Amino acid sequence: MDLTLNHVSHRYSDMPVVDDISLHIPAGEILCVIGPSGCGKSTLLRLIGGLEQPTSGEILQIGEPPVGCLNPLTYVFQDFALLPWRTVRANVSLVLEDHGIRRAERNRIIDDVLARTRLSDFGDALPKQLSGGMKQRVAIARALAVNPAVMLLDEPLSALDAQTRELLMEDLVGLWERQKFTGVYVTHNLAEAVRLGHRIAVLSRRPGRVRELIKIDIPLKDRHMAHPELEAIQTRLWDLMREEATAADRELQHV
Amino acid sequence: MSEETRNVPYRGGGFSPVAKRGAGFVVFVVLVALAEWGTRAGWISNLTLPRPSDVGATLVELWQSGLLWTHIVPSLTRLVVGSAMGISAGICIGVMIGLFSYVRAGLIPLVAAIFPIPKIALLPLFVIWFGIDEGSKYALIALGTFTPTIVATYGAVDNVDRTLVRMGQSFGLSWSSIVRKIILPGALPGILSGLRVSIAIGIILLVAAEMLGAEYGIGAYILQAGSLYDLERLFAGVLILSVLGVVTSWAIGQLEKRLLRWRN
Repeated sequence: MDLTLNHVSHRYSDMPVVDDISLHIPAGEILCVIGPSGCGKSTLLRLIGGLEQPTSGEILQIGEPPVGCLNPLTYVFQDFALLPWRTVRANVSLVLEDHGIRRAERNRIIDDVLARTRLSDFGDALPKQLSGGMKQRVAIARALAVNPAVMLLDEPLSALDAQTRELLMEDLVGLWERQKFTGVYVTHNLAEAVRLGHRIAVLSRRPGRVRELIKIDIPLKDRHMAHPELEAIQTRLWDLMREEATAADRELQHV
Repeated sequence: MSEETRNVPYRGGGFSPVAKRGAGFVVFVVLVALAEWGTRAGWISNLTLPRPSDVGATLVELWQSGLLWTHIVPSLTRLVVGSAMGISAGICIGVMIGLFSYVRAGLIPLVAAIFPIPKIALLPLFVIWFGIDEGSKYALIALGTFTPTIVATYGAVDNVDRTLVRMGQSFGLSWSSIVRKIILPGALPGILSGLRVSIAIGIILLVAAEMLGAEYGIGAYILQAGSLYDLERLFAGVLILSVLGVVTSWAIGQLEKRLLRWRN
């Protein structure tokens, strides 16, 4: 299933936050969206997933979601959004319970996604017992459980420390290599963008417009921490963003 | 050249009270011992304070004669029936206020208007409406526990993390699933701490209602003792009420421990 955005604009009361964005997201590809803070990249993701309605423009799903897909557009949130009163298994189970799946089948799906995110030993733990990285793995497992057509990742690694971030990036690459999911990955971290994005959309400061779309041809599994080509792209991204970030930083907050 | 060396002075610590086991018990024992000593030595007159040992003897006598249960059973029944009605209705209305804009807009001013009314002032009216017997007492306790439960419940629903609700929506959960699996469990801590207040108010109203018209009940017992200026029995009654308060508070604590194991 592909996604297409046609001239999408969005405003909160009088303030435009997203301005005339057109993008195509083909199946099996990860699109990273980067931009200075407050540029409307999280809003863009909420628009794509249908949690908000754009003021103008349209967001289209093209083609059918894969067979067995329970929730085509599935989020992974920055703050994990796990229910603290449910164990890891029950948190994954939550998103399956409304679909009339038999208990045995449900358990099979849960076992499978926990194994894929290497959480099998932690099924009965409560979220408060887990580290940030483990919590985000649970959230990723929960997203995988509904077999999504498109994964919408909203700064999924921003709440984690640098080492955990590195580990989870490797995990995400591994998951993508195993099953080539479509992803929209919003981040303000340029290193994440060049490691995980097949294409990178650079947004301007608010109201967010696409300033540039950069394609990276290196396969995800060959991208390493100090890959010279990636470093060059990262430097170029920073050059693009520096001015915008400086300007965004100096803006007064609209409260 | 040798400089003077000294330890860096410690400036942190404090401002974090911790539970000290038994401290509460010691305070209680010291106070009772002081009263006992004062009444025996004579620097507290018998008219000011009864001798604690006499209060104890009155309680034992009450228990042996079987009158203790004659008073406690009707009181407990009134408290349980009345507060069960008030609390369950309060939780229902509170959740509705938390979920629906029109219910919220329509009922919050009404709740604000009812909350500060001293409910005991309405007892004569309730006697007409629900009869002089148990009905009026149930109604009084129900109304008294109803309003604080509403306020605690909708506050708790408002405080449920909205990102969890958005998460539920983003996974296509049905409205009823979101309410049952996200809103209600998320609001439970707030609802339970509201129960402490509601039940304390319930006990106060119970005694007030029994003082105004009841043959048996702790309130009636205290009133009787008061009009005869029988301080031992008055204090015995008050002691039963405190124990009732402590026991309900402990019971809610146990309930919290059981239901909110995920919290700490």
